[in-house]
Amino acid sequence: MIDYEKILCGRIKQVKPSGIRKYFDLLQGMEGGISLGIGEPDFITPWHIRDAGIYSLEKGFTKYSPNAGLSDLRKAISRYLKRRFDLDYEGIGQILVTVGGSEGLDLAFRCLLEPGDEVIIPSPSFVCYGPLVSMLHGVPVLVETKAEDEFRLTAEELKAAITPRTRAVVLPFPNNPTGGIMGREDLEAIAGVLRGTDIMVISDEIYCELTYGQHHVSMANIPDMVERTILVNGFSKAYSMTGWRLGYVCGPKPIIAAMTKLHQFAIMCAPTTSQYAAIEALDNGDRDIEAMKEEYDGRRRFLVDGFRRLGLECFEPRGAFYTFPCIKSTGLTSEEFCDQFLAAEHVAVIPGAAFGPGGEGFVRACYAASMKDLGEALERLERFLATLK
Amino acid sequence: MEQNTKLLQLLESDCTLTTDQLAAMANMTAAEVEAAKKELEKQRIILGYQAVVDWDQTQRENVTALIEVKVTPQRGDGFDRIAERIYQYDEVESLYLMSGAFDFTVIISGRTLKEVAHFVGEKLSTIDEVTGTATHFILRKYKENHLVFERQEEQQERFVLE
Repeated sequence: MIDYEKILCGRIKQVKPSGIRKYFDLLQGMEGGISLGIGEPDFITPWHIRDAGIYSLEKGFTKYSPNAGLSDLRKAISRYLKRRFDLDYEGIGQILVTVGGSEGLDLAFRCLLEPGDEVIIPSPSFVCYGPLVSMLHGVPVLVETKAEDEFRLTAEELKAAITPRTRAVVLPFPNNPTGGIMGREDLEAIAGVLRGTDIMVISDEIYCELTYGQHHVSMANIPDMVERTILVNGFSKAYSMTGWRLGYVCGPKPIIAAMTKLHQFAIMCAPTTSQYAAIEALDNGDRDIEAMKEEYDGRRRFLVDGFRRLGLECFEPRGAFYTFPCIKSTGLTSEEFCDQFLAAEHVAVIPGAAFGPGGEGFVRACYAASMKDLGEALERLERFLATLK
Repeated sequence: MEQNTKLLQLLESDCTLTTDQLAAMANMTAAEVEAAKKELEKQRIILGYQAVVDWDQTQRENVTALIEVKVTPQRGDGFDRIAERIYQYDEVESLYLMSGAFDFTVIISGRTLKEVAHFVGEKLSTIDEVTGTATHFILRKYKENHLVFERQEEQQERFVLE
């Protein structure tokens, strides 16, 4: 009998399973359950984009694409980034098409880190950065962002976390789970710390199309920063294309070349069908983005107003599709709150603590859900809060 | 006014949204929504709030026909007077003035084919100004007011963390 525990490497055994998991498992068996847990758009991919994917299949475009992605797609990404965010990336050489933004993040860490290198990660944030870094013998250095700073990373906090071993800093904005964003001035301050260093920024801008009240600014928009930024983006959130598994990274040519080399060995190329659909999305999808964003914006206001009306402090999220209300007034930990709310009212929200230090005392509620569900969830929350008094 | 447009779009897509929901979606206060709705109803910009029903799923017999109607317009009143004579009938669900090869589209619903035939033959065709009709029966409805009749299949296996 093989003892597989001995076979598995120590690093993977140390990676903790995501704290989000149990809420989905539990909710599955519940009648009339409402999930504000999954961070996934509730829209189906717009038809013209699906149709472009179907059309490529009809034409028999089922072979591998170039490793770095279809050149038409890379050029379309280049045009899109210029048009929407005033970014200058050459389609050929500075852009690599990946299997979701997630692969882009993994590649970036793999191509940068030596064992013992440190990566600064603002927390709370998406759950993948720490484990990906740890698997490479890297050291995740978590920096807590605070509600009073609107969950932005400040220059002082960044400066304090930098050591001679710092290789990279992750900038996950607009942020999952907080909905916090970094404006131009905030980024300027971060740039002020990083200029003149060899520290790279891995800027996870997957939610860049979902900002409310102000336009997204990329770290690569800041002077001198394009040369030390790896921009990670994708199609999942902007175009509701999560299942297509398509993303891209942009950066300095030598870095993109290294990432492409690794991508070529591990992945070959991103799915060809998805790439054809993505060209259609980029070239003709601006209106879809606007329509979905407007819908999210209304739901966002509804949910934030709802929490505040029920007496929960809630900082106004300006990006992504999450609210991050503070539940400290209930006297419960975020996990207790989520467990009890789910058990009593069958509504799944995620404990802030699952997203790392700084998340305790908050819960993440995703508003990529129908107004009907959001309304019902608030009614149940009101009932639940009343039982705590 | 822009807010009213937004409000109207929201109500057109789902008139069951609560005042709080409408307020958040249109970026108005609840009181503003109430006031705007009242005013829009008063001005008859909002004519009513209705459900979209798939009668085929019920026991009730239902036949819908789309009738192309050609008429001779009247001096002075143009098409409006004739339109009024047509839409007064309860059977008429919708009535549109058209450009092109014919003048009106009349949509009518009846319990049976016979009922529809009776309406066309006895009531519509006998209006003096009507010079011709062509009746098309609707065999199956696929989509109405952006709503698809067939139950949409949902992806069964979704995001699960193993």
